[in-house]
Amino acid sequence: MSQIWLVPAFPLLGFLLNGFFGKFFGKRFVTIIAPAAVGFAFLQSLILFFEMRAADGHRLVETLYTWMATGAFQVDVAFQVDQLSGLYLLIITGVGFLIHVYSIGYMGEEAGYYRYFAYLNLFIFFMLVLVLGDSFLLMFVGWEGVGLCSYLLIGYYFEKHSAAEASKKAFLFNRVGDFGVLSAVMLIFITFGTLNFNMVNAEAASRLEAGGILVTVITLFLFLGATGKSAQIPLYVWLPDAMEGPTPVSALIHAATMVTAGLYMIARLSHLFVLAPFTMNMIAVIGAATALLAATIALTQTDIKRVLAYSTVSQLGYMFLALGVGAFSAGIFHVMTHAFFKALLFLGSGSVIYAMHHEQDMMRMGALRRKLPVTYFTMLMGTLAIAGIPFFSGFFSKDEILWKAFSSPLGGGGFWLVGFVTAGLTSFYMFRLIYLTFHGESRVDAHIAEHLHESPAVMTVPLVILAVLSVFGGFFGVPHILNFLPNGIELYFEGFFAQVPGTSHGSAAAEVGLMIASVLLAIIAWSLARRYYATSLEAVAILRERFQLAYRLSLHKWYVDEIYNAVIVVPAKLFSTFILWKLIDQNIIDRLVMLPGNVARGIGSGLRLTQNGMMQSYTLIFSLGAMLILGFVLL
Amino acid sequence: MIPISHVLVLSALLFSIGVLGVMLRRNVIVVFMSIELMLNAVNLSFVGFARTMDDMTGVIFIFFIIVVAAAEAVVGLSIILSIYRTRKTLNIDEFNLLKW
Amino acid sequence: MIVFFYVFALASLLLALGVLVFKNPIHSALSLVGTFFCLAAIYVMLNAEFVAVIQVLVYAGAIMVLFLFVLMLLSSNDNDQYALKLNVPRGLAVATTGVLLVQILTAFMDPTIRFGEPGAYPVERIQEIGSIALIGQLLFTEFVLPFEVISILLLVAVIGAVIIAKRRVS
Repeated sequence: MSQIWLVPAFPLLGFLLNGFFGKFFGKRFVTIIAPAAVGFAFLQSLILFFEMRAADGHRLVETLYTWMATGAFQVDVAFQVDQLSGLYLLIITGVGFLIHVYSIGYMGEEAGYYRYFAYLNLFIFFMLVLVLGDSFLLMFVGWEGVGLCSYLLIGYYFEKHSAAEASKKAFLFNRVGDFGVLSAVMLIFITFGTLNFNMVNAEAASRLEAGGILVTVITLFLFLGATGKSAQIPLYVWLPDAMEGPTPVSALIHAATMVTAGLYMIARLSHLFVLAPFTMNMIAVIGAATALLAATIALTQTDIKRVLAYSTVSQLGYMFLALGVGAFSAGIFHVMTHAFFKALLFLGSGSVIYAMHHEQDMMRMGALRRKLPVTYFTMLMGTLAIAGIPFFSGFFSKDEILWKAFSSPLGGGGFWLVGFVTAGLTSFYMFRLIYLTFHGESRVDAHIAEHLHESPAVMTVPLVILAVLSVFGGFFGVPHILNFLPNGIELYFEGFFAQVPGTSHGSAAAEVGLMIASVLLAIIAWSLARRYYATSLEAVAILRERFQLAYRLSLHKWYVDEIYNAVIVVPAKLFSTFILWKLIDQNIIDRLVMLPGNVARGIGSGLRLTQNGMMQSYTLIFSLGAMLILGFVLL
Repeated sequence: MIPISHVLVLSALLFSIGVLGVMLRRNVIVVFMSIELMLNAVNLSFVGFARTMDDMTGVIFIFFIIVVAAAEAVVGLSIILSIYRTRKTLNIDEFNLLKW
Repeated sequence: MIVFFYVFALASLLLALGVLVFKNPIHSALSLVGTFFCLAAIYVMLNAEFVAVIQVLVYAGAIMVLFLFVLMLLSSNDNDQYALKLNVPRGLAVATTGVLLVQILTAFMDPTIRFGEPGAYPVERIQEIGSIALIGQLLFTEFVLPFEVISILLLVAVIGAVIIAKRRVS
């Protein structure tokens, strides 16, 4: 019988042991426990994966206990492994394990070593709960939990002001998204009476009218939550700032796992989303816009991690674009390949940063490829993958998305064009990163340059493994037109996702043509990057002069943060200060609270005047009293 | 035979005149006299009742009332005397220290 | 016979009003004396002779004389100018008294008033024993305790009066 609960149990145990005893037992204890926890989780995930493939309907369910049962509302704590969560399990635990191993080297000299691994294990636990939960409630527990761990880990260097600010920003923007998810959950409960995913998916078509207001509202709220978690417009601004956290954290959370939670949720509820073409359209538009916007910003950033952060936002945009046009399996395929090459790129940059004694500015790097050969080679593999160079993993997944963006009933030429341009930009800025960091003249500070050496094996071995996956991982999803291998992904997800109504357009010839076009563009972008960055930087300086406005817009992230501040933060502060505080709190509420006291005082000072010391007025009061009492008695 | 109700009416009227005297007059000794008037009104009603109910308790009570009235008049007047020595007036509005 | 009652009743009312109305306190005192006399007459008509005598001797004779002494000692020309000036507190006082009067009258005139059992001493019996002898008997048998207490009260009053009114020897 499937022991699904073991999978999250191992990291939870790791968190408890590391958290409570890590400081006491020391570094070696933590070094063994933390990766081992994830490692065992990975092994169990592997077992479950094959069990699931063999099972009826490709689904394993394990109910642990009943969480709440009040009247008509019942929620169980139950785990479910099906095609979607099975794949995610492998990604989370597999890539997570590699990152844990890597962190042993990277975080080796940090003071809060045990704290880091405790949080990292906790994060894995919550992420697993998120994908294993069979109902909205359990998923939401994981959802909130990963948000919490993201906050804890981004703010790992909490004594640094910018890190504390960044972690708050991440959490708050996530919160806005959470509001969306909760609203949607409530609406779903009202409509369906249950929060179980399978039931909701099964009954979606019968309970909700296609294209109706209710389903559109529900799906829009869910999408809002997804934009928060997965950094799309309008809630993406936290992700670049989240680079304040340690690099392995960026690799795990902000490349491979947490940011894909939004995608997971939408894919999970595909039957719900296909009933709302308006929302799907919105998802595709926002995904495409985000992809393009982030790519333009990445062109000019000089911090190596920022480039990768914006690249992540951009690639997530691709995935949303895929989901938005109904290509669910293509989107999830890209989740998988992206996890490989983005984690690789982040870890590689971490290796560079580690060697450079935590210098992150690419303008102070250069010609590192001789000193850091393994890092260089693996990062090159990752870059080839992300750029969509043929037969690397990114090529297959990205191309699938572009084709579906063009040909799906909900897609069109416009979507394809945006994706196409973004692909070119992606290739350009990624190769720019490689050339600036590893080629050209060395701009490295002399003091650091003396000690430059390759990172230890505990860091480079995961890099190599990820590089292998980035190179060969794409062969799971070979498109039909290049018919040398069956399309594994399509077969894997057969019957799982809902179908978008309508017919696809576009022929096989068109597909080939578009594929060739995007490959050509990628190669052109590569050569452009080579021209401007590979040897000397004079040419690009001239370019900067010519396109000053564009450069500045790109460098300053299109001033989005500043706009948010002016439009939302400042009015909120003013409103709070002048209306909520000065007006309501001080004048209305405080006065109301003091009212009884003031009334008592007023009455008191009024009544006091009857005690005037004059005996005849006292006598008057006696007689008044006697009159009243007599009146009572007689009546 | 005098009907008891007439006696009671007279008694009530005398009593209320006494009350008015206490509340309206300024001279403190006249206030005292009004109090005496009130006591007398009560005496009258006691006698009336003693008569109607053939009971001597009423008469005995009158006895005590008179004694108490005498004692009270004596003490009260001596107080007024000593106040007069300081205040040099008998206006009751001047005796206003019994306040907050 | 009953005519006399009305005559004396009217007289006592008028004289009581006199107490209220006269500006000169001496005049008020004298009116009060008059009231007492009229009341004594009414007591006689109610077969309470002893009370009437005591009223005249003690009340009109001793207490009022005391009042008059004090008045003449202290008053001189302290006439009460404000005797019946009407303003709000006074108006309220009159109104209250009026209401009180009505209430008392209502209580007294209530047709459902029940008297208890008649006592043991109807008029004939009193005349048989003699009213003073009867009062003496009751005072020293049934009401002896209040009698003793009253005497202590008198003692205290006398002592108190002497102490309060004593002129401080400076």
